[in-house]
Amino acid sequence: MALALLALSGCGGEDSSRGRRLLNVSYDPTRELYQEMNAAFVAQCESEGLKGVRVEQSHGGSGKQARAVLDGLEADVVTLALGYDIDMLSFQGRLLPGDWATLLPNHSVPSYSTIVLLVRSGNPRQIRDWDDLVKDGVEVITPNPKTSGGARWNYLAALAWATRKYGSRTAALEYLAKLFRHVPVLDTGARGATNTFVRQRKGDVLIAWESEALLAQRELPDEGFEIVYPSLSIKAEPPVAMVTLGVQANGTRELAEKYLLFLYSDAGQAIAARHFYRPFRPEAAQPQDLQRFRDLPMVSIAAEFGGWMTAHAEHFANGGTFDQIMAARNAATP
Amino acid sequence: MSLLRLLRRPRCVPMLNFGLGMTYLTLLVLVPVACLVLRAANVSWDECRRVLATPDNWAALRLSLTQALLAACFNTVTGVPLAWVLSRYEFPGRRFLDVWIDLPFALPTAVAGIALCGLYGPHGLAGSWLARLGIQVAYTPLGIWLALVFVGLPFVVRTVQPVMLNLDLSQEEAAACLGASRWYCLRRVVLPELLPAILAGFSMALARGIGEYGSVIFIAGNIPGETEILPLRIVHALEGYDYTGATILAVAMLAVSFALLAVINLLQRHRRA
Repeated sequence: MALALLALSGCGGEDSSRGRRLLNVSYDPTRELYQEMNAAFVAQCESEGLKGVRVEQSHGGSGKQARAVLDGLEADVVTLALGYDIDMLSFQGRLLPGDWATLLPNHSVPSYSTIVLLVRSGNPRQIRDWDDLVKDGVEVITPNPKTSGGARWNYLAALAWATRKYGSRTAALEYLAKLFRHVPVLDTGARGATNTFVRQRKGDVLIAWESEALLAQRELPDEGFEIVYPSLSIKAEPPVAMVTLGVQANGTRELAEKYLLFLYSDAGQAIAARHFYRPFRPEAAQPQDLQRFRDLPMVSIAAEFGGWMTAHAEHFANGGTFDQIMAARNAATP
Repeated sequence: MSLLRLLRRPRCVPMLNFGLGMTYLTLLVLVPVACLVLRAANVSWDECRRVLATPDNWAALRLSLTQALLAACFNTVTGVPLAWVLSRYEFPGRRFLDVWIDLPFALPTAVAGIALCGLYGPHGLAGSWLARLGIQVAYTPLGIWLALVFVGLPFVVRTVQPVMLNLDLSQEEAAACLGASRWYCLRRVVLPELLPAILAGFSMALARGIGEYGSVIFIAGNIPGETEILPLRIVHALEGYDYTGATILAVAMLAVSFALLAVINLLQRHRRA
């Protein structure tokens, strides 16, 4: 396959390769997903007689990736961890229209995930739900919400649960403050946090994307990791969008549109499900892939937090609730 | 032959060397730094004060400076004897050891960070043993110090070693003949010769330590106010689309490093005078 790609890229001249190369700038834990997705997309293009298509992928913390695109990385397509980062491409860089989310089905979210708790073999700390994370001696691993999209979903999931459990936003923030006193390491990205938990064996619980937790289970079957589904979580929706200015410059508009629609196609949806993402159209996926997902109550970012712009300003901007929590933590522990 | 001689003549093209050197330095170093400073010039004082007064930024600056200073001091204390052993003694495996010194230069810093974290982590070979003694290395300031010691190791050794090799042994012999003890000879004859090189190595290790990012983030816990280094605060500001904050922090870091290096340079000049 790689050889075939090399050969194809080798024979096409500068002109014929124009409009045939896509750059998909994505977030941290989607490497495996897009490797397979891209290969399938290239194969489909070839079967339709469109030769020499290449899709390149770039991964990193969602915020960092968006900044790279703002600073001039010529992305054709962005597939980031949260809508806020794509909003910033629109508001700060005017790289795509402000209503980007309405241009594709399901507000531009082809597949989604949720936030779960990953614990060690046999669940020695008896973690059942969010309130068990603040029990004495429990160490919690979650990345830094300032840099990691996944960590923001984690934060909001915990906040949504605590708001219902303790009755008010203030009490919920108190719970979060307590929770972050149990966090010994803040990695910059979701994959980094997974590695800290899985490889360095640090901590008792990893708060993670369900897709990342299922992947860790599959990659390291001997470790016996167990997934704990909390009583309430959040619908973690990583959206996709075409970068209008990027495709104009690269002459790739047609191919980029085709690529994004491929994510919604039967083949694309089945690949997403295989890589532990809950597909927008489950009927397109293999039943055995869907069996791995458990039903659980989920809030949505729009209904619970009024969308990303509001949620970001309130919780993750400078001086937001996360900063307040960390400041209080430092005041408490000299 | 005559051409070579012409080229070797010091004043053959008087300003050429200076011009080439300056152009190169300007393109590579001065322009990027000037861009940074220019960007900062548009920032109001209030904004500066707001960013610098943030407790987390302040704590990060303090942490970066202290750990870099401690690591550079440690590297100096261990680096000088190491250079001495490598330049004064002949023993099996000396060349091999000599090559190993450069490893921290060559190893990608992220690899170093992950390796150190694996070794000194709570379940690592050294980490689990130290944990039994109640010492936690990974995810504490001690871990940051360790990473900085690792990346800073070659600086002192590599600046001091060539000077040691060029030391005139007859001076030490003369001192010994005149009745100086080994300690006196070391203190009054050898060390003064080495001091400029030691200071240079120290300041390079220090500068590297203040700016080091790759190896540290893996072994530091990255908890704001506790184990978060200043370069990480800059990355955080950038990733939060806060370009102004990032610029202010970068300029502050530049100013502090510059001031430290200037002081060391002055000290050095003072000794020579």
